[in-house]
Amino acid sequence: MQMRTLEIGVGALILAGVISLVTLAINVSGLSLTDRAGGYTIYARFENIGGLTERAKVSLSGVQIGEVSAIRIDSRMLMADVEMRIFSEVDYLSIDSSAQILTAGLLGEKYIGITPGFEEETLKEGSRIEDTQSALVLEELIGKFLFNKVSE
Amino acid sequence: MIDQLQRIGRGALDRLAATGRSGQMLLQSLFVPPAPKEMLPLLIKQLHFVGVLSLVIILVSGLFIGMVLGLQGYTILVDYGSEQAVGQMVALSLVRELAPVVTALLFAGRAGSAVTAEIGLMKATEQLASYEMIGVDPMRRIIAPRLWAGFISLPILTMIFAVVGIWGGSLVAVDWLGIYSGSFWANMQASVDFSTDVLNGIVKSLVFGFVVIWISVFQGYDAIPTSEGISKATTRTVVYSSLAVLGLDFILTAMMFGEI
Repeated sequence: MQMRTLEIGVGALILAGVISLVTLAINVSGLSLTDRAGGYTIYARFENIGGLTERAKVSLSGVQIGEVSAIRIDSRMLMADVEMRIFSEVDYLSIDSSAQILTAGLLGEKYIGITPGFEEETLKEGSRIEDTQSALVLEELIGKFLFNKVSE
Repeated sequence: MIDQLQRIGRGALDRLAATGRSGQMLLQSLFVPPAPKEMLPLLIKQLHFVGVLSLVIILVSGLFIGMVLGLQGYTILVDYGSEQAVGQMVALSLVRELAPVVTALLFAGRAGSAVTAEIGLMKATEQLASYEMIGVDPMRRIIAPRLWAGFISLPILTMIFAVVGIWGGSLVAVDWLGIYSGSFWANMQASVDFSTDVLNGIVKSLVFGFVVIWISVFQGYDAIPTSEGISKATTRTVVYSSLAVLGLDFILTAMMFGEI
């Protein structure tokens, strides 16, 4: 009888542990059970990525459609080469889409916004977005503004 | 001068010998042939003593630490107009640091000291020796279940601590201070990553659980069998475990998040 209460207590503890792990996984870290490891990779070159990091969002009209999987330097063009993983269900991005680096809020995180184009042909595994717009770097902007003020 | 030198040398040799004995105890108790039928009831008893009975202190401290984090985070972040990031701050600091460390410290104080005192008293009253006399291996019957119980229960307690703390933070931030709950949870989910944050926190708590219960059991096993010796051993358990947890936490953090 004594052993039974102990076993119930231990069972409750382990159950609480499992529930906590699931809560941490789903509610706190937002781990999605649907497999989004699939999808296809596209590339884009930017002149300045200004604080974009790996795992940053890639969004279309504000909805996340993928994430940044790698950032390298293109040693030939001397530009940042950003590799993005796009969810496989988003297979309708036309080949002349453009990519911009945007900021969420004034001081928020950087993310990539895709603006769709008009071509029939769509982006495939390994395609490259040619039309890109770099991040807005606050210091450069202020510098330009001051320079214009002085030259007036 | 020479006497002092000798004292330093003897101290160092004693420490070294104790480390060796603790390793020997660990090997002897962990690598015993498994006998589920007789060991499981012992393990369950220890899990109840070490884990279930520590639940209340873990729940209460987790709740209050989460609430304090929510409140402090809000008062700082509201100056920058980014109070939505409270969720992210509460979750990251709890999952990465506070839950593993504070749970391990509480665990050392609540369960570790009790284990030390129990085993120390068993040694003082010659129960360990009598077990050996009747042909029962005390490593197997006394030491091993306690080691496993601590090793299993600390990660569970850590996860419960983190969840209760985050709930406490949301209680203060969302229900009391009026942050929009959507942005509270969305910010949290966007910034907390399962493998880098949650799993690393669990790895930390596994390491802490191992170290704390090892120190506790060994201090009891190695205690001088007098009432004074047991009191010293209990103190040492709490001091050594706390220091080990805090020191190891820095090393683990540096390895996990510091990109060293």
